Amino acid sequence: MLIKLAGGIVYDPVHGIKGEKRDIYILDGKITRQPAADAKIHRTYNVHGKIVMAGAIDIHTHIGGGKVNIARMMLPEDHRDTPVRKTPATRAGCGHAAPTTMTTGYRYAEMGYTACFEPAMLPVNARQAHMEMADIPIVDKGAYALLGNDDFFLRMLTSGREQGVISDYVGWIINATQAIGIKVVNPGGINAFKFNQRRLDLDEVNRFYNVTPRQILITLARAVRELGIPHPLHVHGCNLGVPGNVDTTLDTIRAVEGMPLHLTHIQFHSYGTEGDRGFSSGAARIAEAVNANPNISIDVGQVMFGQTVTASGDTMLQYAGHWYAHPNKWVIMDIECEAGCGIVPFRYRDKNYVNALQWAIGLELFLLVNDPWRIFLTTDHPNGAPFTSYPHLIRLLMDRSFRNDMLATINSQAAAASILGSLDREYTLYEIAIMTRAAPARSLGLKNRGHLGAGACADITVYNDHRNRQKMFAEPIYVFKDGELVAQNGKIVKEVIGGTHTLRPEYDKTIELSLKKYFDRYLTVKLGNFKVQGDEIADAGRGRIIVQPCQ
Amino acid sequence: MSLKTFHDVPCPFCSLLCDDLVIGNRNGVLTVKKNGCHKAIRGFEPSRPDASPLIKGKKATLAEAIGGMVAILRKASQPLITGLGTDVNGLRSAIQLAERTGAIIDHMHSAGMMRNLRVLQDHGWIMTTLAEIKNRADLIIFAGTDGTGNFPRFFERAIWHKDALFNKKTGQREIIYIGEKLDTRAGKSPSGRLPVVLECRQEQIGEIISTLHALAVGNIIRTASVAGIRISELERLAEKLKQAAYGVLVWAPGELDFPHAELTVRAFCELIKYLNRVTRFAGFSLGGNDGGASAANVCAWQSGYPLRVSYGKGYPEYDPYKYSARNALRRKEVDAMVWISSFIADTKPPKARIPTIVLSTPTTALDFRPDVFIPTGTPGLDHRGQLFRTDGVVSLPLKQVVESRYPSVADILNQVLASLPAG
Repeated sequence: MLIKLAGGIVYDPVHGIKGEKRDIYILDGKITRQPAADAKIHRTYNVHGKIVMAGAIDIHTHIGGGKVNIARMMLPEDHRDTPVRKTPATRAGCGHAAPTTMTTGYRYAEMGYTACFEPAMLPVNARQAHMEMADIPIVDKGAYALLGNDDFFLRMLTSGREQGVISDYVGWIINATQAIGIKVVNPGGINAFKFNQRRLDLDEVNRFYNVTPRQILITLARAVRELGIPHPLHVHGCNLGVPGNVDTTLDTIRAVEGMPLHLTHIQFHSYGTEGDRGFSSGAARIAEAVNANPNISIDVGQVMFGQTVTASGDTMLQYAGHWYAHPNKWVIMDIECEAGCGIVPFRYRDKNYVNALQWAIGLELFLLVNDPWRIFLTTDHPNGAPFTSYPHLIRLLMDRSFRNDMLATINSQAAAASILGSLDREYTLYEIAIMTRAAPARSLGLKNRGHLGAGACADITVYNDHRNRQKMFAEPIYVFKDGELVAQNGKIVKEVIGGTHTLRPEYDKTIELSLKKYFDRYLTVKLGNFKVQGDEIADAGRGRIIVQPCQ
Repeated sequence: MSLKTFHDVPCPFCSLLCDDLVIGNRNGVLTVKKNGCHKAIRGFEPSRPDASPLIKGKKATLAEAIGGMVAILRKASQPLITGLGTDVNGLRSAIQLAERTGAIIDHMHSAGMMRNLRVLQDHGWIMTTLAEIKNRADLIIFAGTDGTGNFPRFFERAIWHKDALFNKKTGQREIIYIGEKLDTRAGKSPSGRLPVVLECRQEQIGEIISTLHALAVGNIIRTASVAGIRISELERLAEKLKQAAYGVLVWAPGELDFPHAELTVRAFCELIKYLNRVTRFAGFSLGGNDGGASAANVCAWQSGYPLRVSYGKGYPEYDPYKYSARNALRRKEVDAMVWISSFIADTKPPKARIPTIVLSTPTTALDFRPDVFIPTGTPGLDHRGQLFRTDGVVSLPLKQVVESRYPSVADILNQVLASLPAG
């Protein structure tokens, strides 16, 4: 089946195409070169004057796994007002901040997203994460395995095991959990919280293991590099949300000595202590460091006003934040000598000084970081806001007068404390295409995604060139997934099954000998049962595994 | 003669999901060779009869039985899909069937699970998992449960084992029981140390817990005793709770079977939350057998709500009272019932004067004649699958250890779905 998208204005940063009129051809799910003149075109979509980009990719969104599901169970009030009726083509569901799996897939696809990455998969919870993701239709999925608080790793680190053996363990985890990256959350801090430590700065020691977050970060970053995992170590740093954490974040950037590092939801890690309230923006200092260090990439974790729920592996700081729970109910879990999770519902208020400044800090970061290849658009769904707020966020970035109108409505002291009003930058469509397509695909090492060249998977989004960028990005005219039209004018027209992106890094398999002993002695599942097999994901056509190459 | 031996077999017959069983299969006859408790033996070992699908008690082919089921569901305006004793794939299909037919969906053990879920939805909690207890716990309270009846290997696996990462003196763990008619023998440590036992009626546990909470806060209680326990004893215990390095409060919501027991669960969670201001303390709930823990999870990610959901309006609606299977039947709000129970034989579907379809293990002895009966395979014996453990975090892959004569619940329901109109 040969399909032609005729006459669209194409933004394809991987090929340096900046808004040029091009025809796109799709053959059997892949983008293909212009066929011979006599080739039969089965279907032509007239997209003259419309904006054509690759399908968008969300590099950090909590869409599946234990803590998301606890949030769903805990928040019936999040669902009651957002019922989604079944249709002949789609399943029923609901949810705003913690939508059901089907609704998650539909809403992403309706916005032109074709791949989403769950950033905090506990290895012992990997099976659940994959089961939930299997029930997220249309989009491709993938997940980063959480390490750095697990006792197996910390025991190796504290006993001085060589880097190579630790890297073998990291490689084993990637394979055993069907992950595509490694994430560390509050390095060593989740573990320290189990020993009743309440804070852990970059150079403070976990009292039991006598190791510091700095050591953990460096060791894991090296492992990721040695294994050839394309995506840098994905770091949720120390001191999330703590005023003054900008210094910790800058120290973290220095700590890795040029090794690639991805600092996630950096907005939550960019706080100073200046001013009467002891809470100020550290965005300028962070942006300066990001601009100066090409090994660093970030995603923002933008805050948007309204009700949401925060769901994080960072039990230490989620516990500290429970005093602000809204509504006042919250969950903390210690999990299987691996990590934990904390779920705290939260309402960001535009008239609240701290929340308003958080909003401004996120936008400052977007506007002050120069290189859109190293900054990704996220709200850390649902922690800063539900992912459905992306079109609004894009408008804030692309439309300065709209942004300033919004700035005028927030807490006035926060507005005065922020330099946001003085920032003139407006993102271009080309930059949006980089930060939501080309750059995440490159960062994750996704072959044939995030671009529109021949051979790419035909994940394509076509937009109206609407002046109101929020409208434009909320309701693309056409969304294609692997060449199939899945959404039209912001509504799902066909459900397809996305794949799961994984890696198969090589490692020395003898690591399994010590792992098996450890599992048998201390854990509560058997090593063989812990591993998530590929055929569990493929499971009678419910999904498929896509193995991406290591570097 | 053929003998096959399967190692590291997960046992689906209670929600501890012990996965170290060794199962022998001699010509289709299963033997638990290692690490089986009485529930595992009762689940794996009985020989299974050649059961056939039945329509109104008469033998039928599987296709005929599925046809009969489709006919009932097409006619029904609001079915009830309950029991839900099945694995993740069976649950996925059951929820899809509920959505397709506008059904109410609930699990056979939801009365207990709801005691927890209502606390989760009103208050939240601090919980832990099996491996954390195993390696860390130095004080464990059993409130209203002895932790052995329904979960035979809990003490062996999480408390009195020899090796632990941190709290190496596992034998010195302090065990405290609070409640009624508890078998406290398992609480005696291998070295002979006896547990503390506070005897009271199940309904009084909440009072004792709230008193401990008040004492831990430092409030003065001006009464000599609470629920028959001397205040001085409770004062000592409150101090112990604060001194614990990693305390755990274990309860089994299904065993707190009295009106408004969710308030007792809430008292547990409030005490635990308070203790975390000074030390680490966590809850652990034993429940969700017969696929219950899986049902709450799958239902949550597919419908947004953990059970007791109605798809009557084409989208999920949750009502922990109205949409319980019991109330839906009592209020005559459903006009057909699908009962699913593929793990153990002695679960009993409710009797109702509506067309009833039973999908259950072939050995099930029913005391009534359902309109349609289809014998199903058991996940973890007859077919592979996935199941959640009681902590709701760990899920395990179930193995097939015997050549099956019976279809899985998912197979049956998917055939039914294929015969029902979409949309």
